[in-house]
Amino acid sequence: MSKPRLTREQIAARAALELPDGACVNLGWGIPNLTAAYVPKGVTVYFHSENGVLGMGPRAAKGEEDFDLVDAMKVPVTLVPGASFFAQEDAHVMTRGGHLDVCILGGLQVSERGDLANWRVPGARGAGGIGGAMDIAVGARRLIVTMEHTSKDGARKIVKRCDYPLTALECVNTIVTDLAVIDVTSDGLSLREVAPGFTPEEIQSLTEAELHYSGKVPEMFAAKP
Amino acid sequence: MTQQSKIFPSVDAAVADIPDGASIMFGGFGGAGFPNNLIQGLARKGSKNLAVISNNCGTGEGELGILFKNRQIRRVTAAFPGPGATYFQEQFDKNEVELELVPQGILCERMRAHGAGIPAFFSPVGVGTDVAKNKEERVIRGRRCILEQSIGADYAFIKAFRADKLGNLVFRKGARNFNPVMATAAKTTIVEVEEIVEVGALDPEVIVTPFVFVHRMVVAKGLRYV
Repeated sequence: MSKPRLTREQIAARAALELPDGACVNLGWGIPNLTAAYVPKGVTVYFHSENGVLGMGPRAAKGEEDFDLVDAMKVPVTLVPGASFFAQEDAHVMTRGGHLDVCILGGLQVSERGDLANWRVPGARGAGGIGGAMDIAVGARRLIVTMEHTSKDGARKIVKRCDYPLTALECVNTIVTDLAVIDVTSDGLSLREVAPGFTPEEIQSLTEAELHYSGKVPEMFAAKP
Repeated sequence: MTQQSKIFPSVDAAVADIPDGASIMFGGFGGAGFPNNLIQGLARKGSKNLAVISNNCGTGEGELGILFKNRQIRRVTAAFPGPGATYFQEQFDKNEVELELVPQGILCERMRAHGAGIPAFFSPVGVGTDVAKNKEERVIRGRRCILEQSIGADYAFIKAFRADKLGNLVFRKGARNFNPVMATAAKTTIVEVEEIVEVGALDPEVIVTPFVFVHRMVVAKGLRYV
């Protein structure tokens, strides 16, 4: 199957459509971090960073960087009106304590129950790193995972049961991939949208876990402007 | 002012008594708020066999990197060692340094608990993951939780923006990060600071770390590593 899938930027753009106006939002490394650039017009969100910032704006322009004002990926950023600074432990009072409306994390595997594995590939060199992901996954009011639907070698990443080291159990609400938008429900995985040009059957064939859908499944980006 | 002066004449003087085997916390996140002058002083001092607590494990020779390069660190407690922590990662792959990997918010909370006199607490973070290994699990109000021990240290090395002569501290933007909580959790907190002003010159409403948590200070122009 060599039809074009969505790019990383398009995954981020689709995830950005999930952000409600006024939400406080934490973005993880990778595709999630790209989401900030795609917040729809008319929607204001307050981006949170683990180092103690609520209300991060766009990246700082060249020559105007302040290296005491960075996001969790070390990138110098700006502030929006209403921003605040606080300490790391208070940043995680917000994550773990259920005070952030939406968090978006990257994923290596998501299970049909919404278990997430996102911090270490078994057998990889180096120590891996948890960072804030476990606190975020446990505490997010709504957790979206953005990732490619399958790995580079074709391995299924949406699985019956994760066999990679876990980040948290039953924490994921929605998965946005380069092929689909999938909601985790008490009855299992519900296929909400498919990438343009793909059928639900094709998505199922690339997914280990069972997907629930009926009738015609809308295409991503079709429902909203 | 009846408090004894906490101001040291030099970075080297501020770290001159750090013994081999000491446990030390280091503030800093994302390149901001690292006590890089104190770290360089500790590298010159050469204390060995250290047990360190830090969000990450350096970037090249910068931040904690120099201490790994010099093989001064035996054990590290960290949330995100980091892909740029080349000296740590090399030693980790060869089993030459011990790592306790901790969720970042729980690392904060374990230090806060120590500073606040709470020996341990239950938390849902890490339940069912590698982090839960060898920890007591209990269901509290219907939620699975694991027992987390508080964590303290002999020293905390922290970076503040401005201090008064008593040791009241203010920080700058995202450079605050781990610094205030570490100041509460160590027996001896050593601060590098850009500027020390007269007592009374800082607005009491903006002081983040009150002087009770500060034991030594040294003025040093902040260093940053990419």
